[in-house]
Amino acid sequence: MIDLSQHQSLGSALRGAVDKFAGEICLIEADRERENHRLTYREFGEAALPLAKFLQNRGFRADSRAAIIMTNQSCWLIAAYAIFYSGGVIVPLDYKLTASEHLALLMHSKAEVLITEYHLWRAITQSENFHRFTPHTVIVTDAPANVDLRGAIRWEDPQVEGEPAFVARKRSDWACIVYSSGTGGRPKGCVLTHENYLEQCVSLTSLYPFWPGVRYLSILPTNHAIDFMVGFIGPFVCGATVVHLRTLRPEFVREAFTRFKITYVALVPLILKNLQAGLQKRFDELPPFKRFIFDRLLNLNRAMTKSQPNLTLSRKLLKQVHDAFGGELRAIFTGGAFSDPQMLQFYYDLGVQVSNGYGLTEAGTAITLNDLKPFRADTVGKPLPGMEVKIVNPDADGIGQVTVRSNTVMSHYLDDPELTAETIVDGWLMTGDLGRFDAMGHLQLFGRAKNMIVTEEGKNVYPEDIEKAFDGLPVKEFCVFAANYIWPERSMLGEKLIIVLRLNEGQELTDELIGDLTKRNNTLLNFKRISGYVVWDADFPRTASMKIKRFALADEMRQNFDRQTALREL
Amino acid sequence: MKTSEQVIDEILTLAATHFKTDRAELSPDDDFFKKLGIDSLQALELLTRLENHFSVELPDYEVAGVTDFRTLAERIQARL
Repeated sequence: MIDLSQHQSLGSALRGAVDKFAGEICLIEADRERENHRLTYREFGEAALPLAKFLQNRGFRADSRAAIIMTNQSCWLIAAYAIFYSGGVIVPLDYKLTASEHLALLMHSKAEVLITEYHLWRAITQSENFHRFTPHTVIVTDAPANVDLRGAIRWEDPQVEGEPAFVARKRSDWACIVYSSGTGGRPKGCVLTHENYLEQCVSLTSLYPFWPGVRYLSILPTNHAIDFMVGFIGPFVCGATVVHLRTLRPEFVREAFTRFKITYVALVPLILKNLQAGLQKRFDELPPFKRFIFDRLLNLNRAMTKSQPNLTLSRKLLKQVHDAFGGELRAIFTGGAFSDPQMLQFYYDLGVQVSNGYGLTEAGTAITLNDLKPFRADTVGKPLPGMEVKIVNPDADGIGQVTVRSNTVMSHYLDDPELTAETIVDGWLMTGDLGRFDAMGHLQLFGRAKNMIVTEEGKNVYPEDIEKAFDGLPVKEFCVFAANYIWPERSMLGEKLIIVLRLNEGQELTDELIGDLTKRNNTLLNFKRISGYVVWDADFPRTASMKIKRFALADEMRQNFDRQTALREL
Repeated sequence: MKTSEQVIDEILTLAATHFKTDRAELSPDDDFFKKLGIDSLQALELLTRLENHFSVELPDYEVAGVTDFRTLAERIQARL
């Protein structure tokens, strides 16, 4: 690993890595059974510097902002290095958002440059809001020959003379603007500094080190804080290899473990559950004698690893299981959404180490992580080095809001001092999550104080962001909530969104109205959909400026209805 | 060249077989996530079955955001 204390910025650290690990493989990109390419650190640098020069020739300079909207692929990281090399700020956007959501965030972030894939660019140019497009330079990858790129430049085209200038930055300068939400409402652009990332990198790699030869399988989108850190910055400053797949089909993901001898991977609970189902099916299909032997070995492994993991032993006892993961897997990181303790226990019993953690974009990446010493399925681990975590306003059970103070906490929300002041109070980040510490210093989570959900795919969904889909619904008024915000449950599993309907005077709840509601709901991406509704028979409380007082409405509903009586499935 | 009706019919039959559902219960405009009770990864698994059946290859992005059988059939038909 390079010495990060000697570097002031991510650009400088990546440049140091390119020099130090020049001959090591840094990137492998595969598509299904085909390998597209593999690059050494030297080749990675050689691919990025012409792009940096091209951007600089077009006026890109320190603090200029460049958005990246790409699926996981080599070009994502090459583009990122070119931007950091030039002193720029990256705006990593989720490729799964709609074109109009992309346009809104491009405008909000004031990105001057967009680097994206052809199919995403095509969708943006076909959007009815394309006239609001603001970046002056667009570079697209994967563009077929002979198509009109609407002013964009092909990734392959920039031919430039000369070397780009390396633009030094300070630790306190902005590195990224990462949107944690706000695609349909109030954008939450987390401004993260070079200091935030460098500190987080030191902290994470102290627990889970990378080195040349380690292979990280990048599946979570690179715009996501976890993959950006453990699928880019972390492995790169240690000379490790990142493997990208251009498809996320489960069969190719499974095959990648063995094909590339993967060491680490970060997965959301949805994928872990899918892998678990596949493994369980294989166990269930074993002939009785083999199943008998397998169960005995499983029990032995469980007993021998009770106090701490023993990877060498587990790989011997349950060889076939570990071979299915390539035989080199050291840990699976999971976070971004809440993991079912039974699922975590399933993997641990097999000797497959799933290190679950807890974090949010506003805090850098991770706040806590399970170090597996011993394994705890019911917690999200202990605070990472450098993290101060405090529970405020605890109730009689010791459960209160989780707050964090650390050098990894974001600088502020872009152009929103009011929201920043509500979120960072006296230097402490108010997470909006409810938790408590146990006697061993592990953090346990018990739900949220904030009106939002996190899906099994690790997606944050805020009710305000999806209400637009229901505009025009023929009712007097409506409001979307996270069900747990109205009726708190001490769990973060099975979170759902619901809509509260206030009907017009004399209006009946008809099949036609429910049909209309369903139709509008189906226009939303799958993970953003509501799954139930409540009919409320009073006008919503509103502020002087006619905004719905969500907290007051939730409070009224809680006092008048219980969840089971009021909530109807959609 | 298969007609769009044929493509939809074959998709519905394959989906019913793969997820052990009554074929008669499925309609072209159904939301397959809801009707089959599947998640996004299971939908991708179905897609691979369909690719093998129709001998086409669809990039993941072509089907991102698709939730009903009819639109899925259109994307497949465009590659036949």
